[in-house]
Amino acid sequence: MNDTLLAALREALSPARVHTDGSELGLYRRDASNIEGRTEVVCFPLTTAEVQACVRACVRHEVPFVARGSGTGLAGGATPLDGEVVIALTKMDAVVSVDPVNRHAWVEPGVLNLDLSRQVAHLGLHFAPDPSSQQSCSIGGNVANNSGGPHCLADGVTTSHILAAEVVLSDGEVVVLGSEAWEPAGAGGLDLRGGFVGSEGMFGIATKLCVRLTQNPPGVVTMLFDYESVEAGAETVSAIIADGMVPAALEMMDKLCIEAVEAYIHAGLPTDAAAVLLVEVTGLPAGLAADRDRIVEIALAHGARTVRIAKDEAERALLWKGRKTAFGAIARIKPNYYLHDTVVPRRMLPTVLGKVYEIAARHDLLVLNVFHAGDGNLHPLLVFDKREPGVMERVHAAGEEIVRASVEAGGVLSGEHGIGLEKRDFMPLMFAPADLAAQAAVRRAFDPTGLANPGKVLPSPAGCGDLQHVPEGAWV
Amino acid sequence: MIDLAEFAAAVGDADAGPVTITGLGTRGGPVPGVRCVGAPAGIAWLQPDEMTVCCGAGTPVDELVAALAEHRQTVALPAGGTVGGALSVGRADVRQLGWGPVRDTLLQARYVSAAGEVVKAGGPTVKNVSGFDVCRLLVGSRGTLGFLGEVILRTRPLARASQWYRTSAEPAVVQRGLYRPVSLLWDGTMVWALLEGHPEDLAAQAASLGMEPCDGPPTLPTGSRRVLPPAEAMASTGTFVVELGVGVVHHADQWTSPTRDAREAALAEAVRREMDPTGRLNPVLPVHG
Repeated sequence: MNDTLLAALREALSPARVHTDGSELGLYRRDASNIEGRTEVVCFPLTTAEVQACVRACVRHEVPFVARGSGTGLAGGATPLDGEVVIALTKMDAVVSVDPVNRHAWVEPGVLNLDLSRQVAHLGLHFAPDPSSQQSCSIGGNVANNSGGPHCLADGVTTSHILAAEVVLSDGEVVVLGSEAWEPAGAGGLDLRGGFVGSEGMFGIATKLCVRLTQNPPGVVTMLFDYESVEAGAETVSAIIADGMVPAALEMMDKLCIEAVEAYIHAGLPTDAAAVLLVEVTGLPAGLAADRDRIVEIALAHGARTVRIAKDEAERALLWKGRKTAFGAIARIKPNYYLHDTVVPRRMLPTVLGKVYEIAARHDLLVLNVFHAGDGNLHPLLVFDKREPGVMERVHAAGEEIVRASVEAGGVLSGEHGIGLEKRDFMPLMFAPADLAAQAAVRRAFDPTGLANPGKVLPSPAGCGDLQHVPEGAWV
Repeated sequence: MIDLAEFAAAVGDADAGPVTITGLGTRGGPVPGVRCVGAPAGIAWLQPDEMTVCCGAGTPVDELVAALAEHRQTVALPAGGTVGGALSVGRADVRQLGWGPVRDTLLQARYVSAAGEVVKAGGPTVKNVSGFDVCRLLVGSRGTLGFLGEVILRTRPLARASQWYRTSAEPAVVQRGLYRPVSLLWDGTMVWALLEGHPEDLAAQAASLGMEPCDGPPTLPTGSRRVLPPAEAMASTGTFVVELGVGVVHHADQWTSPTRDAREAALAEAVRREMDPTGRLNPVLPVHG
């Protein structure tokens, strides 16, 4: 560790908020992915000025830095690769102001996703993006990854809910990108806010965000259908969309997942079904009733065996619990899992799921599928016991094949987890060298020093067109 | 996929000098005195069950809207001109409150860069976080980062019913009282509301606030279109129509938008310089202004 940098950081914050203790640092060497790196110092700024001071100290010493929220990311985006200074925003967690009429709030990046919704619930409002980790993930992390969630089908992912971001750039200056106005101010204004959202900590550090708040729906209907085949469930999804409805959520689970969840929470799920489809519609009474009736009609026409409509909030909560606790339920099968995240066109869901099963079987792995069917966002979970010799190689090989199969089907690398380190070297599957060069150019404009979270998202130019490996020192 | 080779050749490589682009000329037209090109037109494919459509940037918005209407869908772009023009200017119409800003419509773009290469940004699916969001930078960039050739857009279903209403109630009362209106306009005296959904819900919402059905929105003043924080927009004086909750003001008087923060302006220039080092795409157009 660079002693003068450490002294500068301690002076900028206070020694108490610059941590170098080995055992604590272990928590900051990784996010929720399997990728582990190395850091020797974690800073906990309280203000924008302190973030500026941290960044300036790092840049002066030419040491890269990684911004970190709750560390729930699944792609290694917040993993310090090789001795980066970790700047943890968790102590900047205030809701600064709320405008209930124009429906926006200014918040600090460390505010937790669900806490924000809870704090504005009395106003009949919520923050729409709802990742599965919403109890623990931060708004700053949501912005970095442009996070999604089950209810993003109708309401859009994080970028649609961010109006402005106060950002500390790598030169230590503060800039506000966007404003409370919905469009960039001034004729022909570039949407720098839009460029920043989803930049995975590589464009600068957000220190304050203006988020849109969404009206809570006046009514909700939650339905569960079960099918004898995954295809029939997927076809129901396409038919609902083609019929002109965009439900608030359209979630699917396959057989193994249903069995695991049912054994875990006893929600009365049909364990003999090949797939269940959870459909939620929201809105005003007449539209809600019309949507419900039409969706039931479509589901039955596509082979739904049973129709279960939640009769009250308790039953609705139970059905959602089944969906949201799927990851916990999996521990009953095997101690470890690897969660993937790709998107395919809806009509390709049955084909790609078929390939996922085939790939897992070939690698002698169990796979469970629980996913956002409405937007074609697959989440295959490979479950395993990492104590088993050679299993990690099989998990990674199967994962790579799943990503390739998704892209070949006209899909994309990631729907909501981001690229980070996990999929960095898969970027050439989707983008040509010129496409990647354009992304690199934007990054250079925001961070000419290249010190903001280096080594993520973009493969090094030498490797374009060819898959590379995650750098040495990182354990995947 | 639309073949963009001819379009790219027309734009030319980095040595081909200044070049401008035009569609139907409804949003200001090309930069005068500069060699001018046009993007390909036509719908390549339309997938109602994916809620996506792929077309040439030169396709007229009205033609696209008509084609989508056959599938009871539409696209959140302002009427008139071309798709490329609507995206490049990035200004939504008065339905922005409910339909969202123009930037949320573009899923994938294949554009011709300043180097004359065909470059892809974004991806074809409705959900995608693979790589940096170059698409959102292209929207509103007025061609200064690249000329749009082919785009994949998110579509949206047409509502069961759609109706404008009018009331003399206070703006804040209407804003709080309605569930997800598509548009709210205020001229200092009256509020106009566009509601979409089931006819019975529309009638009940309108009745709860004492709103009367009307034929359409008020005539929008054309002196200037101002973009302001929504709370500031409420302080407008003179002859105006405010888009409530969005912060767009249609005003009878001319207006010069306030100068941006210098650091933000410098960042916008840096993005432009990285994407077009010699400033040959739509030269003299400011990135901000």
